Amino acid sequence: MTQFSHTQTAHCESGVISNLFGHYGLHISEPMAFGIGAGIFFGHLPFVKVNGVPGTTYRIWPGAIFSRACKRLGVEMESRKFSSVDKAMKALDQLLEEGVPVGMQSSVYYLPYFPESYRFHFNAHNLVIYGKEGDDYLVSDPIMDTVTRIDTENLIRARFAKGFPAPKGKMYYPVNVPQEVDFREPVKAGIAQACHYMLKIPIPMFGVKGIRFLANRMKDYPAKLGDRRAALYLGNVIRMQEEIGTGGAGFRFMYAAFLQEAGTLLNRQELKDIGRELTSVGDGWRNFAFAAGRVCKARAADNMSYGELSKMLLQIADEEEKVFRRLSTVKL
Amino acid sequence: MKKDEVPQDGDNLHKGTFRQLFYAVDQSGDYTTATSIGWEPENVALSQAWDEVEQRVANTKAKVDAGELSPIAYYMERTLLDLPLLALKAGKFQWQVKRHMKPGVFKGLSDNMIARYAEIFGIPFQTLRSGELLPFKRPA
Repeated sequence: MTQFSHTQTAHCESGVISNLFGHYGLHISEPMAFGIGAGIFFGHLPFVKVNGVPGTTYRIWPGAIFSRACKRLGVEMESRKFSSVDKAMKALDQLLEEGVPVGMQSSVYYLPYFPESYRFHFNAHNLVIYGKEGDDYLVSDPIMDTVTRIDTENLIRARFAKGFPAPKGKMYYPVNVPQEVDFREPVKAGIAQACHYMLKIPIPMFGVKGIRFLANRMKDYPAKLGDRRAALYLGNVIRMQEEIGTGGAGFRFMYAAFLQEAGTLLNRQELKDIGRELTSVGDGWRNFAFAAGRVCKARAADNMSYGELSKMLLQIADEEEKVFRRLSTVKL
Repeated sequence: MKKDEVPQDGDNLHKGTFRQLFYAVDQSGDYTTATSIGWEPENVALSQAWDEVEQRVANTKAKVDAGELSPIAYYMERTLLDLPLLALKAGKFQWQVKRHMKPGVFKGLSDNMIARYAEIFGIPFQTLRSGELLPFKRPA
């Protein structure tokens, strides 16, 4: 049976990159994968609603970290989608027999080993299947502390869940992994792209501007939505910020860890300093979530509390803008 | 966040059995990892989300009991789906699914259609056909 070295990570996509590449001898930490893939982001999308609540994201859209990291590191991936369940499972079994661990997109709703309280219809969860025993598949799910297993029926449901985005049995595996990779150029490209996405997208919902956009809407939540829905909207902002393993800082700590590693790699103290600044922005996000949690719990929304949360967000936006402006001026 | 500040608020829906990995800084300000069994703001937000689901399920059940809606509406909420997602899964237009939520229309649905819905809701065919409402169990 294939040996697969499982390491628990904070986030599923950067975690699968780290675990899967490591299997082929390309050792890359999770923050490094996240940084090279320019995963840091902010977006608030009032028109994209799930169960009537607008979406907020603290990272780039699913799949982007993966494709960027592959491109920058020169890893060739084979990625396949299927229209037939049968073919999808056969293709998986075939690869497992050849000893190839396979990454795949899944819906957390159908993962029986997942903590029940997180099992909503989220269809962009990444995990690795590395073996099969009887009717069970062996799973390395990066957010779990240890390897686990899943039965065939549930795996099929998870792989073929309909919705947005529909996994359609998507599976992927490296076919060519370079053994020696110089991370320096990929790191520079990742930083440049992250700065661009945080500062330069000319749409008010995205990047640092997006934080202000959310702040401006948030102060009107109680008046516009009423107490109950205002609390729901706010709760969702917190939940996305805390999307498993971000440390409550919406990935800011992970990106700061990347900047520190990049600073060592490129021998640039400035990057480490900027990482420290971003850590304190992350702490600002944590304070915000803490205050927001209190408001959610109290339920009786008064305009004061939402107004204050809005101010906290504006301040975070200012500080985050400073960090990324400074980062964008570092000559790498 | 310092490593010794990593929250350990285990009073949550998974009872602290699930450990997440966090990035935090050590004494010298360098990043390291630490596990957390939970954090209060997230616990609040998650349990609020489940309260909301519970309430929707209860409201819909009352409407089904009152003969205003069909079991399709009840099981949609119980499976945490909304209309666009259910329509997508059923391979129908939203207006068609909405029609299936009328008790009169539901009674006339073909066995095939009932079987498709039962599969989506993860319940036996006969349960849905007979209109039985299985209880909703939230993570507690």
